Amino acid sequence: MRRSAADGTTGPPAPHPRRRARLPLLALLGVVLLGVVAGCSGAGALGGEPGTQTVTVAIVSNDQMKDAITLSPQFEAENPGIRMRFVSLSENEARAKITASVATGGGEFDVVMISNYETPQWAQNGWLTDLQPRIDGTPGYDGNDFIPTVRDSLSYQGHMYSVPFYGESSFLMYRKDLFAQAGLTMPPNPTWPQVADMAAKLTDRAHGRAGICLRGKPGWGEMLAPFDTVLNTFGGRWYDPQWHAQLTSPQVEQAAQFYVDTVRNYGEPGAAQAGFSECATQFGQGNAAMWYDATSAAGTVENPDKSTVVGKVGYAPAPVVATPSSGWLYAWSLAIPKTSEHPDAAWKFMSWMTSKQYMQRVGTQLGWTSLPPGSRLSTYQIPQYQQAAAAFAPTVVNAIRTANPQQPTVGPVPYQGVQFVRIPEFQDLGTRVSQQLSAAIAGRETVQQALEQSQQYASTVGESYQ
Amino acid sequence: MAATIEDTATTTSTAARAEGPRRRSGIGPLLLTTLTWIVAVGFFFPVLWMVLTAFKTEAAAYTDPPTLVFTPTLEQFRAVFDAGIGPYLANSLFATVVSTLLVLVLATPAAFAVSLRPVEKTQDVLFFFISTKMLPVVAAIVPIYVVVNEIGALDNIWTLIVLYTAMNLPIAVWMMRSFFLEVPKELLEAASIDGASLGRTLREVVLPIISPGIFATALICVIFAWNEFFFAVNLTAANAGTVPVFLVGFISSEGLYWARLSAAATLAALPVVLAGWFAQNKLVQGLSFGAVK
Repeated sequence: MRRSAADGTTGPPAPHPRRRARLPLLALLGVVLLGVVAGCSGAGALGGEPGTQTVTVAIVSNDQMKDAITLSPQFEAENPGIRMRFVSLSENEARAKITASVATGGGEFDVVMISNYETPQWAQNGWLTDLQPRIDGTPGYDGNDFIPTVRDSLSYQGHMYSVPFYGESSFLMYRKDLFAQAGLTMPPNPTWPQVADMAAKLTDRAHGRAGICLRGKPGWGEMLAPFDTVLNTFGGRWYDPQWHAQLTSPQVEQAAQFYVDTVRNYGEPGAAQAGFSECATQFGQGNAAMWYDATSAAGTVENPDKSTVVGKVGYAPAPVVATPSSGWLYAWSLAIPKTSEHPDAAWKFMSWMTSKQYMQRVGTQLGWTSLPPGSRLSTYQIPQYQQAAAAFAPTVVNAIRTANPQQPTVGPVPYQGVQFVRIPEFQDLGTRVSQQLSAAIAGRETVQQALEQSQQYASTVGESYQ
Repeated sequence: MAATIEDTATTTSTAARAEGPRRRSGIGPLLLTTLTWIVAVGFFFPVLWMVLTAFKTEAAAYTDPPTLVFTPTLEQFRAVFDAGIGPYLANSLFATVVSTLLVLVLATPAAFAVSLRPVEKTQDVLFFFISTKMLPVVAAIVPIYVVVNEIGALDNIWTLIVLYTAMNLPIAVWMMRSFFLEVPKELLEAASIDGASLGRTLREVVLPIISPGIFATALICVIFAWNEFFFAVNLTAANAGTVPVFLVGFISSEGLYWARLSAAATLAALPVVLAGWFAQNKLVQGLSFGAVK
């Protein structure tokens, strides 16, 4: 110690400390250089060649959206002045991010992927660009070709504020081979009691087979979606026209008891934690005789890379009780936030991605089963698609056409939406209610307890609308 | 998890108490070793499963019951690289390295001031540092978002660097303080008697002694910054996204992509694992540094 200090004061400075001191500096310099390189890769977005516009798109990372990213270089080649950049996130993250960005005018995105839950609310808030003039003014785009229920659900005061990329409803998938073995036939329009009876007969715990897969995982986009369709078709509703919560009504109680009993008695193992992916695995691996879920599930079920039951599955409409149809309606769609600096370029890309020509492009380049379904009527007129998706396409398009977000249940309601109540509070409310029901499925509380708690949550929200 | 930790703790203390006689019989250490292995494997298994799944095809990834027998494939890794992990890796690397360097540059003098040369109100200062970690990030995200938006710094990698520096600074100060406290007072006195200035004492006396500690602190900062997701997902878009943000793009609500997600997660974990591997010796030294008085 003494030596080193003495060296410093009297003798020539020791070389090693200096070298050591230079090292971090060099490292810092290296890092800054790295940053310049990293910055350059993104710098194109800021400026790039003069006359080039960069369109930034936020999308949900589902299959069809990833296909669109894969094909987007073709759009860039056809439109030399436009560069595309994508931010692809999982559903929950995308929803949170896009909501934050659009609501606060963050302006990071020129195109955002939202759904029929957000579109009318955000249009009313003045956050989105009215697309109707652009739809009408784009030759060959044909806005009237969108499936009417989907178009209406993306409109506010008769104008579309987002254009559908793909739409879905819900339906019942069943194993034709197991039904034949058990001597059962699926009625053309099954009712829930019939489905429960068949599930009872097809449940084979000894061989690890569930009668029916139903989601039980908490989340307004998870178990609440299928449950809400059951609630509606049993004649239940979230609110009466005066916004009084109705979650302890006899109809809702009956629906909840039915759903919980069915999934507990005939459902998949670990049902309280099973969402879409878990059910897809169970059904795809042949461990369930039926599965009630989104029509988009057909893509997974009929994909030989992911499923062992390809070709063995039949498709029936969503089971009903007291309503003529009960399937939900959901559409992933593209909108331009008001803050976009390149709305014209953004529309060019959106109209490319949601056009009839895009369907042909996907079909010929990626395969006809990869078409984004449920957006355009003309998709279902394409012979190659009719052939490739013969097993499920007619059921899907019928389910979407007959979904009724205006009048989802028997009695009148003050809200719109089938598998959701289209108010901003519903993401939170729905998730809380689904947690209660999931607890009932897990056997931690009774259905009555779950509904009483849910009723309190719903009343609190309802009061602000009374 | 809590139960496991509790079990281990109980076992350890029992084993410690009964060390003498047990060692003679040979059952105690055996039991302890077995339990240690069970706990270690239990902790490691998910990671192992992730790595294994990364080499499977999607179809093999969700066989039920799960299988260990499969033909390994690099298909998933190819898909991840095709999806363009490059810019995200560069962003993560840049944000992690710069923020960690900044943290070290700022935390070293701060830790010195609250340990070896205590300034006035040291306790309050220390409490202030740690109190900044008491508010959950989610509670502050809206104001942060609004401020960042107002100054036009959304989707900018420097925003993340500033936030990561701020996020890691309190931990670094506290960690380094405990390392500084280990430096014998006599050394400082000797340096001062020899006429070394404050900067020189810090540079040539204190730093060489606590360098393992600095290393450990740096590694912790690297890990936290590398894995940070919340700020990254909320404040970046197409330009400044980091690896964790890239990773969630592989979680699909309407399809099954366990294998691809595992491949992406394996790639994302790799740099930190490698950094830890290379730093292993220094790190162990550093982490146990504050333990012996």
